Amino acid sequence: MFKKILIANRGEIACRVIKTARRMGIATVAVYSDADRNALHVRMADEAVHIGPAPAAESYIVIEKIMDAIRKTGAEAVHPGYGFLSERAEFAAALAAEGVAFIGPPTGAIEAMGDKITSKKLAAEAGVSTVPGYMGLIGDADEAVKISNEIGYPVMIKASAGGGGKGMRIAWNDQDAREGFQSSKNEAASSFGDDRIFIEKFVTQPRHIEIQVLGDQHGNCIYLGERECSIQRRNQKVIEEAPSPFLDPDTRRAMGEQAVALAKAVDYCSAGTVEFIVDGDRNFYFLEMNTRLQVEHPVTELITGIDLVEQMIRVAHGEKLAIAQDDVVLNGWAIESRLYAEDPYRNFLPSIGRLTRYRPPEEQATDTEAVRNDTGVYEGGEISMYYDPMIAKLCTWAPDRAAAIEGMRTALDTFEVEGIGHNLPFLSAVMDHPRFVSGEITTAFIAEEYPEGFEGATLDADTRRRLAALVAHMKMVREQREAQISGAMRNHHRRIDPHWVVFLGDERFHVTVNEHDAQTDVSFQDGETLSIVTDWVFGQSLARAVIDGQPMAVKVDKVIGGVRLRYRGAEIKASVQTPRIAELASLMPEKLPPDTSKMLLCPMPGLVVSLAVAEGDEVQDGQALCTVEAMKMENVLRAERKGRVAKVHAAPGQSLAVDEIIMEFE
Amino acid sequence: MTQILEELERRRDEARLGGGQRRIDAQHAKGKLTARERIEVLLDEGSFEEFDMFVAHRCTDFGMEEHQYPGDGVVTGWGTINGRMVYLFSQDFTVLGGSLSETHAQKICKIMDMAMKNGAPVIGLNDSGGARIQEGVASLAGYADVFQRNIMASGVVPQISVIMGPCAGGAVYSPAMTDFIFMVRDSSYMFVTGPDVVKTVTNEQVTAEELGGAKTHTSKSSVADGAFENDIEALMEVRRLVDFLPLNNREKPPVRPFFDDWDRVESSLDTLVPDNPNTPYDMKELILKLADEGDFFEIQEDYAKNILTGFIRLEGSTVGVVANQPMVLAGCLDIDSSRKAARFVRFCDAFEIPILTLVDVPGFLPGTSQEYGGVIKHGAKLLFAYGEATVPKVTVITRKAYGGAYDVMASKHLRGDFNYAWPTAEIAVMGAKGAVEILYRSDLGDAEKIAQKTKEYEDRFANPFVAAEKGFIDEVIMPQSTRKRVARAFASLRNKALQNPWKKHDNIPL
Repeated sequence: MFKKILIANRGEIACRVIKTARRMGIATVAVYSDADRNALHVRMADEAVHIGPAPAAESYIVIEKIMDAIRKTGAEAVHPGYGFLSERAEFAAALAAEGVAFIGPPTGAIEAMGDKITSKKLAAEAGVSTVPGYMGLIGDADEAVKISNEIGYPVMIKASAGGGGKGMRIAWNDQDAREGFQSSKNEAASSFGDDRIFIEKFVTQPRHIEIQVLGDQHGNCIYLGERECSIQRRNQKVIEEAPSPFLDPDTRRAMGEQAVALAKAVDYCSAGTVEFIVDGDRNFYFLEMNTRLQVEHPVTELITGIDLVEQMIRVAHGEKLAIAQDDVVLNGWAIESRLYAEDPYRNFLPSIGRLTRYRPPEEQATDTEAVRNDTGVYEGGEISMYYDPMIAKLCTWAPDRAAAIEGMRTALDTFEVEGIGHNLPFLSAVMDHPRFVSGEITTAFIAEEYPEGFEGATLDADTRRRLAALVAHMKMVREQREAQISGAMRNHHRRIDPHWVVFLGDERFHVTVNEHDAQTDVSFQDGETLSIVTDWVFGQSLARAVIDGQPMAVKVDKVIGGVRLRYRGAEIKASVQTPRIAELASLMPEKLPPDTSKMLLCPMPGLVVSLAVAEGDEVQDGQALCTVEAMKMENVLRAERKGRVAKVHAAPGQSLAVDEIIMEFE
Repeated sequence: MTQILEELERRRDEARLGGGQRRIDAQHAKGKLTARERIEVLLDEGSFEEFDMFVAHRCTDFGMEEHQYPGDGVVTGWGTINGRMVYLFSQDFTVLGGSLSETHAQKICKIMDMAMKNGAPVIGLNDSGGARIQEGVASLAGYADVFQRNIMASGVVPQISVIMGPCAGGAVYSPAMTDFIFMVRDSSYMFVTGPDVVKTVTNEQVTAEELGGAKTHTSKSSVADGAFENDIEALMEVRRLVDFLPLNNREKPPVRPFFDDWDRVESSLDTLVPDNPNTPYDMKELILKLADEGDFFEIQEDYAKNILTGFIRLEGSTVGVVANQPMVLAGCLDIDSSRKAARFVRFCDAFEIPILTLVDVPGFLPGTSQEYGGVIKHGAKLLFAYGEATVPKVTVITRKAYGGAYDVMASKHLRGDFNYAWPTAEIAVMGAKGAVEILYRSDLGDAEKIAQKTKEYEDRFANPFVAAEKGFIDEVIMPQSTRKRVARAFASLRNKALQNPWKKHDNIPL
């Protein structure tokens, strides 16, 4: 076996590879850029080599710098992770030239699969089902209609040079095809200066389902079941699972066998993934093959019990696969949630900064449940702007899908991340979404279910009542503690009445709190009593409690006048008052938050570098208004609509907090 | 007998109604509570004991004999906050606009005298149209009587003012001399002269809110120490503040049970200070991670944000925190931040509250506006305040401690008890670049030499060890163990006894 390997990557995947290597007794070498000096993968590795400035183009993807690091450390093999150099044939070739093993497929496979057209051709030759379509150029509308009929409606008419939805039309009948051809052609000509058009089958109710394959250098290749990755936002995968709730054993086998056929066709000898698009009738079509370890590989590992990184290292060292196809048994269900540093309440804007708090749920593995968290960060670490915004991959496993989802809900509830915006609430919301729970998902799930973006989940009445009971208990404990302050008048201690009014969001609950030794009983006006058992004390930002027999983990932090609760993707402000104060509280004016639609607010803490407009200026939609520097990055803030600048509040050189007003419009 | 008892109840009911139901409704319609409702919110349930419920004014001018209300527009008495005694007065806007008469003032003076004698804080809930004009100079005399007591009580018992309605003219000077002023947003204002007079005299057009609202006084004038959304929020936060304060200057600050490990390690603090010395970080994170249960009561949050002041608890007992905030103006000292911190330090010292100082200061802010504004004397206030303070003083330098500002920020030389530094500390006369530009002025054209000298200066001074060698730093500590070290330091100082020489009073550069 190799004595030492270098991981030409960073973040969670570098850490993940190091873990397996360490278990196998292999020494590890990390590489790092300026921005990653204190990164987790550097701390974990046995050795670390600095490879240059923060931008990946000047460090992680500069082949020569990686080669230098290899020479300097004497690493015998390189694991490329995903992204960066993982699918760069020149890199594999450069390693081969120096006799360093590449823990990945052969150069030829990378090259063949890296080209969209070649890979499709190869797939078709290998008997893999591809999307029916006409690749040649189409002369006129009549020909377009003819071809569309041959393929069968609906079809997609696409500009050959197209991208970003431009020059794309869906046609459901001859008339659509005729019109779509003409408009695509016109748009393509004006947008790309290239009016070549082709037509292919439009896949309805599409799902993204991929097959994991694993091959060795001795001609053996197996498939390890599928992963469903349909929950995507703008082609970025968010939640994956294995197996797919949609596939039947026959489809699985057919897809698996085709994937293996394709892998064998290119002498594949590592872990790889064949991606398919699957329609509502379980027709599947080849999309592409990824010649590397996928981000979402842990779900496959969880249901097969196979460590893919270990297998990659072994086959790269020339070992024969010890696993035959018949040995592969899919056991249980695994789900992966990708934790992104993206603020769901701000249209998933990337968020950078310091992780003031980062406490993932504890990893565990038993016969009935498992929690795994692949991460590359730590509390006090920095999320920089230079790299992928993914900060962790949280996976849960259970014998069936429902239990795996439930495990994920709890794991997300106990995952504490503060200091940056992140998508935990969104992930929680999806786990509770009835359509996700039913498994009736497509790649359009997020676009269809959250067309206006994400505004937080809502909780059902029972849950809200349990939360009300919890905050009532917390209030009682707090008041009892505060009454124990020194200096109180003797014999005139404060008496605390057990009657309270809980304000939870817009609701009010009248409750009576009775503290017992081991539990607290919270009685509601309608006679229901909820018992609470919890070891929560002040200062803990996560309250674990069993309420009415149901375990809950609620994030709680103090805000003026009460607490903020976060649970299952919902965020609620709560306060608890005596009945008398509650009565008086109804006299307090309701203060609406200021209307910010006519303001430019600072989206991140930063320094005003320059203002592009002055008071009284007319601005157009999209016009640059102001440049704010945050973390050395200049962010140009633009007008969201036409208007006139009424007042400018900020001046160059001023530092601003999030949501501070920069200027107002009329 | 029953009849007599009933008569008492009748009179009480009448007094409790203040200016009558119609005016109470009007008060509520403005989103404000009545004087008595405010007391209910502020004090422990059922703990209020009233004085002078039946006091009435003695004015007979301008038909005032027709307008008699028992209590005369102010409710006074005492009660408890979490079982600890406080005295309070609450002006009743429903009675003649809460205007201050001779007798109204006498009621306030009475409870202030008692507070002084019995050693308990005074809380004033202000909601008054101003002087009772019909009484003329008697009303002015009343103000002055209150002022004199504010002055005498200063430093003896904590005094807290909550502005919950108008507070204009001479009336502002009573709160102005108390320790803390809080305001209610949108329903309170304070000014010496109102918008009408301003318009007449200076031709300035300004609204009452702009002239003296909560935002103005918390962010521009620094008259107020905090602002809250409504009456209830303000009063609940005053309860929270009172829990931090001793009852008087003869007692130690209060202690209460705490649920946090005194030796809690925060490994994330090891990466709080960024690699680049010019990158800001949020000092508030350090305060929150040091404090018991992450609880920080900030004073003057919206003013001079380059310095943070407020109260935390360590092992259940109160500590005042002063910290440079690198996020704003690089955490430098200037006129505003020096004044803000100086006043806070003096409050802590007056009431035996130990002071924790967290230092990351690049120096004083340069410029004509600072010099013309008298930064010399204002900066001296903070220096003076630290130097005269005899309470336990623990200082942690996290990063920069440059120049005179190093001396000012509770340095060893100002009788600091524990002066700690993180390994990232840089204690020097100035930053390396500035220092080299002076030391090697003639070589400024030689970029290479300047760079080399800058590096030399950095290597020599961009660390805490030069200061540690001289004993100016007692110990260089790991950031992650700061809470433990600071908590132990204060624990060791519980019996600190230090006295300044006798003097009538000092002459701080006001």
